[in-house]
Amino acid sequence: MSDTSSPAIRVRGVTRRFGGARPVQALDALTLDVQRGKVTGLIGPDGAGKTTLMRIAAGLLLPDSGEIRVLDTDMRENPLAAQSRLGYMPQRFGLYEDLTVQENLDLYADLQGVEPARRAGRYRELMHMTGLAPFTARLAGHLSGGMKQKLGLACTLVSSPQLLLLDEPTVGVDPVSRRELWAIVYRLVREQHMSVLLSTAYLDEAERCDDVILLHEGRLLGQQAPGAFSAPMRGRVWQVSADLGKRRLQQRLDLNPLVLDALTEGRHARVVSCDARTPPEKLVEGLPGARIQAVQPRFEDAFIARLQQQRPTPPAATFTAPRTGSKRDGAVIEVHELSRRFGDFVAVNRVSFEVRRGEIFGLLGANGAGKSTTFRMLCGLLPVSSGTVRVAGVDLRRAAARARGRIGYMAQRFSLYGNLSVRENLNFFASAYGLSGAIRRERIAAAMDDFELGPFEHSAALTLPLGYKQRLALAAALMHRPDILFLDEPTSGVDPLARREFWWHINALAEAGVTVLVTTHFMDEANYCDRLVIMADGEVLAEDSPENLRARFRQPGEEEASMEDAFIALIEQHQREKAA
Amino acid sequence: MNAAQRSRRRLTGMVRKESLQILRDPSSIAIAFVLPIVMLLLFGYGVSLDARDVRIGFVIESPDGDSAELRAAFDESEYFEALVFHAIQPAEQALRHHDIDGIVWLRSDFSHRLHAGLGATVGVIVNGVDANQARITEGYILGAWQTWLNHYAERRGLPEPFPIALEQRVWFNPAVRSRDFLVPGLVAVIMTLIGALLTALVVAREWERGTMEALLVTPIHIRELLLGKLIPYFVLGMGGMLLTVAMARWQFDVPLRGSFAVLLAASALFMLVALAMGLLISIVARNQFVAGQVAIIVTFLPAFILSGFIFDIHSMPWAIQQITWLIPARYFVSILQTVFLAGNVWSVILPNAAALALMGALLLALVRRKAGKRLE
Repeated sequence: MSDTSSPAIRVRGVTRRFGGARPVQALDALTLDVQRGKVTGLIGPDGAGKTTLMRIAAGLLLPDSGEIRVLDTDMRENPLAAQSRLGYMPQRFGLYEDLTVQENLDLYADLQGVEPARRAGRYRELMHMTGLAPFTARLAGHLSGGMKQKLGLACTLVSSPQLLLLDEPTVGVDPVSRRELWAIVYRLVREQHMSVLLSTAYLDEAERCDDVILLHEGRLLGQQAPGAFSAPMRGRVWQVSADLGKRRLQQRLDLNPLVLDALTEGRHARVVSCDARTPPEKLVEGLPGARIQAVQPRFEDAFIARLQQQRPTPPAATFTAPRTGSKRDGAVIEVHELSRRFGDFVAVNRVSFEVRRGEIFGLLGANGAGKSTTFRMLCGLLPVSSGTVRVAGVDLRRAAARARGRIGYMAQRFSLYGNLSVRENLNFFASAYGLSGAIRRERIAAAMDDFELGPFEHSAALTLPLGYKQRLALAAALMHRPDILFLDEPTSGVDPLARREFWWHINALAEAGVTVLVTTHFMDEANYCDRLVIMADGEVLAEDSPENLRARFRQPGEEEASMEDAFIALIEQHQREKAA
Repeated sequence: MNAAQRSRRRLTGMVRKESLQILRDPSSIAIAFVLPIVMLLLFGYGVSLDARDVRIGFVIESPDGDSAELRAAFDESEYFEALVFHAIQPAEQALRHHDIDGIVWLRSDFSHRLHAGLGATVGVIVNGVDANQARITEGYILGAWQTWLNHYAERRGLPEPFPIALEQRVWFNPAVRSRDFLVPGLVAVIMTLIGALLTALVVAREWERGTMEALLVTPIHIRELLLGKLIPYFVLGMGGMLLTVAMARWQFDVPLRGSFAVLLAASALFMLVALAMGLLISIVARNQFVAGQVAIIVTFLPAFILSGFIFDIHSMPWAIQQITWLIPARYFVSILQTVFLAGNVWSVILPNAAALALMGALLLALVRRKAGKRLE
């Protein structure tokens, strides 16, 4: 038995560099402890070194220098001794998709050396805990995203490890599954006194941890309870409303030099001031009908305050207005009874909705809800089984090519050429859209200007900071001045700082009259939408504004529900109806 | 459970998992069984070193009994198809257009010189674009000419033009069927590709799908992981091997003069070498596409060109000959050709088997060294 008073993971001066064409200092003389019997969150922006630390703790990587002890075992000398007592779930869960649930469990039980006599009981326990009991004979590849995540967790838990390492376990998983995962993690800590280290890109999850490690560029920015992070933010966080559209309100607040951060939340804006001494009136100066009240700070506010030292200037709505095709209020995208079948499987079932000009319209849903399939049909990338889709007044079944000329598309993985410079990428996309001569020069200059890409003109796209990569991808998608912009999970895997910046640009575009259709699994981003549909099992469960949805699902005594609560309530209601 | 039991359990767990994946994934079955059948049929029937139905243009400037007799001698042979021309120009034209492969030119004074004993000359022109084919055609024509001359002399009671007639005897392949010689070599070349491809793809697949990361953090030892990969694919590869050997024997009628046990043992040894090559590739490549490409370039192409299965090693330049020692297929081609066509000739089989064993041991040691339980 190991000494229970020692930390579960002890990191002393750990440094790790990655070579190659662009050497990266992933961890820089990092020193910290992960306590036993607690849930410790590992949080930081993209490239902070979270995965590297996780892999060093799992024994997959060796530090260049420094000491790493996991469960009192030196990971340099005897990784196997620690590996028999820890469970590690990598980002893609480590499942064999061509094996069944039961076969995956058997494999990991064999590898972890679980006594055959103990297995039946352990399996029953795990299947009960994860709710996978009815699916033991199903191939792992046929499970939904949330179920895969739970099976991955069950496989790492099969030998009752003392330490659980979870690398971004909730990425790309819907809110319902995320909530269930957290319930399981806390049960393990409570009942089995397990130690858990969990990395996440969702800042709201930090609040659920006992202890938070905040990493930035391989260095420790702080380690304490999430409440201790947000406590100093008291007196700096406000809720603001005014007689302005929500986008205008956020834009005005963003331009105020006293404001560190402004976020749209329902019909209000959440504001963090640069300084606790700023009087609240100064924050809302000049806003018509402004009301301001103090609110509880969150971990996210502290995160932004710590990381956003140099705040990039938000762009003004300088985008050249696109050509006007239809009237301001007309429907730009009309979807009527749209269905898509793959063999017997109905991925999208008679979906109807309309998107009006200049709207930001969201498509929300869990993995497998049919939102990506719907999205692909709207872009003309996937043929329609039945129903009609009209984009910019053009029937996609008849003239997909003509519609596509008016659509800008930005995929989940930016379709940029990594080894071409910013200018070369823009040149390429300009010619791909058939631009030439003066127009081409003018458009490229405008893109450089609008997205402030000037300083990186000759840098290879691959070497750009993430936020700039996104700007470049967006600039490329807008090269032909489309009146409709399709964004497929544009902020997936992107940290909160880059996400904020991205939405400034999207808001500015919408203000300039571009219609934006976006899919996302970040519930807080749903707040930026004017209207949205929530999908499950290929059907539309609701089509409304985020404000109305939040009001509809509010708990007694609450002014409005969070977007995530509204989403979960809607899904649960749907599941009850299906079961009935 | 003690440590040995746990280790055995980990290994059986890996083997069971791999076997299930093989059964559910048609691609590895296709590589092991369909690919060898297709390749053996394609190459077995497509590649032939025999010249058959060679089209010969007979230029007979003044037809008479002698020329007709000579022509008939060619026509009867199964190797030739004779076309008659009366002047050289149209025949040359036909040669240029690939309508014929060679010309036998009997000048107008052919009969006269033959009867006068002045030494009748026959002009032979062969299309030399394909040097190999040209040499074979030339040999056949000379052989046919020689035979006719002997007959001619015999019938007229003349002294034979050569006191000693050539009596050819071909050992091990009396029918001189090049297929008997090619197919065993082909088996070796195909199995190099199959063995290497099987393991090259499966380890790379684990890296691609992110399962390797989860596997490496379990208490599994690297040798259990490697054995867990080798054992199921060895069984699968040997299945493919038996299939090709059976096809060689019954589809292509290649005689098996040696013992089946020796064949099996040598095949098992070679399969191990091929699988080890594949493992090494996929440990380094970590990506199915790259691993597949590398497997073809590094194992199949050299085996095809440098194993001596089709191109004679002894006629290669010295430097290239030295390189062929590094090609495992070279040793297996020798063993297979010997066991199929000659029998259990230990003086050939043993040194080659020893070379294979050495290569296998070296490759596996290298795999073990390169494979680690860390990501880099």
